[in-house]
Amino acid sequence: MTDHDELDAILAGHAGREGALLPILHDVQAAFGHVSEESVRRIAQALNLTRAEVHGVVSFYHDFHDAPDPRPVLKLCRAESCQARGVEALAAALPDHPRVKVETVYCLGLCSVGPAAMIGHTVHGRLDAARLGALVESLA
Amino acid sequence: MKPESVIRVRISDDAAALACGADAVAAAFAAAGCTVERVSSWGMHWLEPLAEIDGEGFGPLTPADVTAVLAGTSDKAIGQIAEHPFIARQQRFTFARAGRTRPLSLDDYAATGGWHGLKRARDLGPEATIAEVTASGLRGRGGAGFPAGIKWTTVAKASGPVKYIVCNADEGDSATFADRMVMEGDPFMLIEGMAIAGHAVGAGKGYIYVRSEYPHAIAKLQSAIALAVPHIAPFEVEVRVGAGAYVCGEETSLLNSLEGKRGEVRAKPPLPALEGLFGKPTVVNNVLTLAAVPWILANGGAAYADVGFGRSRGTMPIQLAGNIQHGGLFEIGFGVTLGELVHTIGGGTASGRAVRAVQVGGPLGAYHPPADFHLPFDYEAFSDANGLIGHAGLTVFDETADMSAQARFAMSFCAAESCGKCTPCRIGSTRGVELIDRIRARSGRAADKVETLPQMHNARKAPRALGDEIQLLEDLCETMKFGSLCALGGFTPYPVLSALKHWPEDFGVAAPEQEAAE
Repeated sequence: MTDHDELDAILAGHAGREGALLPILHDVQAAFGHVSEESVRRIAQALNLTRAEVHGVVSFYHDFHDAPDPRPVLKLCRAESCQARGVEALAAALPDHPRVKVETVYCLGLCSVGPAAMIGHTVHGRLDAARLGALVESLA
Repeated sequence: MKPESVIRVRISDDAAALACGADAVAAAFAAAGCTVERVSSWGMHWLEPLAEIDGEGFGPLTPADVTAVLAGTSDKAIGQIAEHPFIARQQRFTFARAGRTRPLSLDDYAATGGWHGLKRARDLGPEATIAEVTASGLRGRGGAGFPAGIKWTTVAKASGPVKYIVCNADEGDSATFADRMVMEGDPFMLIEGMAIAGHAVGAGKGYIYVRSEYPHAIAKLQSAIALAVPHIAPFEVEVRVGAGAYVCGEETSLLNSLEGKRGEVRAKPPLPALEGLFGKPTVVNNVLTLAAVPWILANGGAAYADVGFGRSRGTMPIQLAGNIQHGGLFEIGFGVTLGELVHTIGGGTASGRAVRAVQVGGPLGAYHPPADFHLPFDYEAFSDANGLIGHAGLTVFDETADMSAQARFAMSFCAAESCGKCTPCRIGSTRGVELIDRIRARSGRAADKVETLPQMHNARKAPRALGDEIQLLEDLCETMKFGSLCALGGFTPYPVLSALKHWPEDFGVAAPEQEAAE
């Protein structure tokens, strides 16, 4: 299946749904790793919106990206509860990794067992410097 | 001891347990020949992964502990879980099933009183159903504390054939995880609550807007909804997934997001109760509000209202988080004091150092010093103390916390998450970060190039000293508080001003202001 067909399939899957734009964008982001200009154009056409409207939505939400990034992502929670449990020191000591993207999120809801991180849908709590470093290395 | 094949081990599959390694422990028990049941979490997160065998608890476990647990020699035994002081002290209405049932088992749900509330609501009819909710005194658990009965009445009386129930499950506040625990641990209760709301106001469709940071909750809800269809029909429920915008926890912004738009805040009026989702009358309630409804209908509004304090009726699932020894979920009637929660129940800090500050109500809540520990947990009492309960999350900080850094974080968080619609929040938060940076550097500021231009008659030409900068920060907070459209810009001043008031020394201000704090 080409990207073109896959996008068509996504759009067809959401046809007639109320407020379909976010579900469509989630599927496009998951399928292609980003929401390209071409996708924005075709989504706009399918939903009878302007490209500006769709672009506005894509750029508003942290989960949607307009360019692909092949690096695996570790989401590190740096909200208050994880701060109180020492995440800032962990983050400061974490070296930049060329092949892993460490993304900040504000709250994974694991506030009693932080510092916490999520890789894909897998969650990790009670992190210390060694465990966090090992998680990052495991992605490289 | 019984043969191993009949030993039934119950281990939670709540995300907090998974994050602490519950899957590996469950696999180790299974490998040892036990029958493993995955249940919801008791809420004693410091003991996760917690295994239960015949009511006895063992935790926190690693796979290496399994042999000792089965041999009866484990030093991680905590006795009967239900009699543990942390559990025994609670009044669990919303979390009555926590730890006791399998989240996706309709049998477990029905055997523990499930669907009774919906059945009684159908027997009573819409008007009497709303009357029960009104009589319960239930107030919105999302933070604003608006009476649920009044909201439902407004939607019920609104005209139009199409109405919606929207469940706000965009639980973005740090220190809050009660919504997540309901969705992962007792999803049928939330679905039942929404069906009751739909029946009461005449809505046929409900949406649950869940944040994308909660993949486990999303999966559980989707499975639970498919299973619950025969029980709630003709009412329909659908899960919609957020996309990483904190501001979408604000109800009008959430509605825009559900409609497929940017999550920008709407001006009120019109109230969502009259013109909400797609312009139709809409009940927007938090997870905990809707989850409290089945209990209220099954046991009567008066029984719920019997518990509580002042105008805050019923129970509140309080979330103990941050640097606290016994972190987890503690549901109790309103009126428990902050000090009891932190010290008696929470056991003080996890680090063993003294408590310096407790933030109550998430990133938009005030920082409270130990001098505030007498405050009863009550909407009005916290409001009078220049704070808020919010979603009832407590983040404990020990004495190593730098409160000016926390104030800076509050402003930078607001800048990162502002929807951009109103100026005080969009610009004010960025100016706030710059201002707190200068205060932290004690640098002061000279008039800049623009301010010294001849046509800038009203601009200040004299350099600003630390005292002027503090004054400016207070002015900025006033502007944000009264000029912002929603709680993001409007409440960010709470953490900032409370930090400045109670810990002026962290801002380089001498301590005379502390008298005012007493």
